[in-house]
Amino acid sequence: MWDYSEKVREHFFNPKNSGPLENANGVGDVGSIKCGDALRLMLQVNPETEIIEAAQFQTFGCGSAIASSSALTEIIKGKTLDEALKVSNQDIADYLDGLPPEKMHCSVMGREALQAAVANYRGEVWSDDHEEGDLVCKCFAIDAVMIEDTIRANGLKTREEVTNYTKAGGGCSACHEKIEDVLIAVNGRLYGSEPKPRKAPARLPNESPVKPKLTNYQRIRKIEDTLEAIRPMLQRDHGDVTLVEVDGKKIYVALSGACQGCSMEAATLGGIQQKLIEALGELVQVLPVAALAHT
Amino acid sequence: MKPIYMDNNATTACDPAVVEAMLPFFTEQFGNASSIHSFGAQVGKALKDARIKVQNLLGAAHDSEIVFTSCGTESDSTAILSALKAQPERRTLITTVVEHPAILALCDQLEKEGYVVHKLPVNKKGRVDLDEYKSLLSERVALVSVMWANNETGTLFPVEEMAEMAHEKGVMFHTDAVQAVGKVPIDLKTTKIDMLSLSGHKLHAPKGIGVLYVRRNTRFRPLLRGGHQERGRRAGTENSASIVGLGVASELALQHMETENTTVKRLRDRLERGILARVNNAFVNGDTLYRLPNTASIAFEYVEGEGILLLLNKMGIAASSGSACTSGSLEPSHVMRAMGIPYTAAHGTIRFSLSRYNTEEEVDRVIAAVPSIIAQLRKLSPYWSGDGPVTNPEQAFQPEYA
Repeated sequence: MWDYSEKVREHFFNPKNSGPLENANGVGDVGSIKCGDALRLMLQVNPETEIIEAAQFQTFGCGSAIASSSALTEIIKGKTLDEALKVSNQDIADYLDGLPPEKMHCSVMGREALQAAVANYRGEVWSDDHEEGDLVCKCFAIDAVMIEDTIRANGLKTREEVTNYTKAGGGCSACHEKIEDVLIAVNGRLYGSEPKPRKAPARLPNESPVKPKLTNYQRIRKIEDTLEAIRPMLQRDHGDVTLVEVDGKKIYVALSGACQGCSMEAATLGGIQQKLIEALGELVQVLPVAALAHT
Repeated sequence: MKPIYMDNNATTACDPAVVEAMLPFFTEQFGNASSIHSFGAQVGKALKDARIKVQNLLGAAHDSEIVFTSCGTESDSTAILSALKAQPERRTLITTVVEHPAILALCDQLEKEGYVVHKLPVNKKGRVDLDEYKSLLSERVALVSVMWANNETGTLFPVEEMAEMAHEKGVMFHTDAVQAVGKVPIDLKTTKIDMLSLSGHKLHAPKGIGVLYVRRNTRFRPLLRGGHQERGRRAGTENSASIVGLGVASELALQHMETENTTVKRLRDRLERGILARVNNAFVNGDTLYRLPNTASIAFEYVEGEGILLLLNKMGIAASSGSACTSGSLEPSHVMRAMGIPYTAAHGTIRFSLSRYNTEEEVDRVIAAVPSIIAQLRKLSPYWSGDGPVTNPEQAFQPEYA
């Protein structure tokens, strides 16, 4: 059985404002019978003040869907439409002292019903952009559709990248197999799992034995370009990186923002190093700017 | 008021006699059955007795056909993977769409690895089409795995006949009989079934003990290799206390086989009739003429199962649902979907599964409790109005996303 809070149980066993509302002038129907959750929210809005004077619901769904509906009506009663529209699904969950990650979609449904009901009152057409897949990462409540979309939009290839972009798999790590399944479904294969060739393949006699060496200028440009490509990823997490110094095989960088002092700093530097090694085709060492002071 | 337990297809209470028989094996009888000294020898003797008791319950020809495992899932995995490893030239499996995840999840994985898996569909009553089954049997099939009884509806499958049909085509046959053992008489020596899985905790033995029956001369490859335990077919030190417990439970199950099919069945029928007489828009799922004696799967239209379970639980009644919301997935149970039960009913399906410990008084208390619970939830449902569903429910309420 789910670990529901006292508040959720209370709103399920004794739901507030349930049943049809006579004289409703804004009605929002959302949900899906297929998924087992469907909600009708009925509002009575004062046309003069736009204040929600009454809100009632009817819900087909599990305990937390009914509790979320009940909580929603309690939260929005007495608010103006504009105030009500600021209510987020997290507000609904917080009002109930939290929902299990698998049940967060119940609060999302509540918020959508509200948007739909307001749109109905205003004579607008509301369309849902919400699609939900099976829950993959329980730690951060990330579903398969969200992972799929992120893989497609960013051309992600590895589980590590998926974790960097979506957080999925960044906690207990039990869902890594499922993430790999999604990667295979989108990309047709899993990159990075093929065995590495044990030695360099035999060269043809007329092939140049070494790659043309980069000039110093070209090399630094290449380092800068590589860092530039990494920055958006860090900025997503409110961090950043800049190049400070290149001293032979040692590349000094400064991490800033949220990256600074982050417990994942070493991992971040390791990732940058890997990218630079690939880009330059030589072994280099990436060090934090602090290390420069010690030299 | 004493709580009422009607979720025996999920798990059962250990019989007190089972617990009593097990206790010495945690204390003075702690020896390893493989040891030569007297500590081990006594345990070895107890395991032998338990094996014979399981043999008797299954009607197996030899006690050496009983292999103790850790659970039903291990038995299922062992059977399927053994058949594939022992016959590498055969890369096809036949099963059904309504199997337990212990079978289906493994089959899905094997499909990814390149094996071919045929999942037989079922009709509205949950039965398979034997002509379709026959057409799929060929020398490419490594194993047929079909459950003896479905856990959600109790529907029985004609596994003895299906095993004969497989045998005629030279195909190995396995059955997941986790729900059937102890509830329906089984006599394996008169069948062509090659392998059978059972799970201790479904028949009043403890959790963590299972059995794979492997007919003599069946080609077999172990899942776990190591020591010589279970004649090398399942390495790992024996769970002696639980094996002894399963032995006692098997003996008791055989003694109570008639009770299951008379008293328990009568209670189940009383429960079903009582509820259906008091609640409209409700019906029984599965094959009502050919099913387990203890299982009642009742669909309550236009309400969702988790709500029913929470309200039942508040009244001290334990049952389960095939509903999405209790499992963390969004879709309703794969069994209900496979039978074509509409979503408005599949989500509101409740399974009451009884045991020989349930009483008539308990059944009557459940009958009394259910109608008001359903009425309370229907009052909240957008598909319901007054005493019945709104006219054309599926059209009257069509939410934004499907």
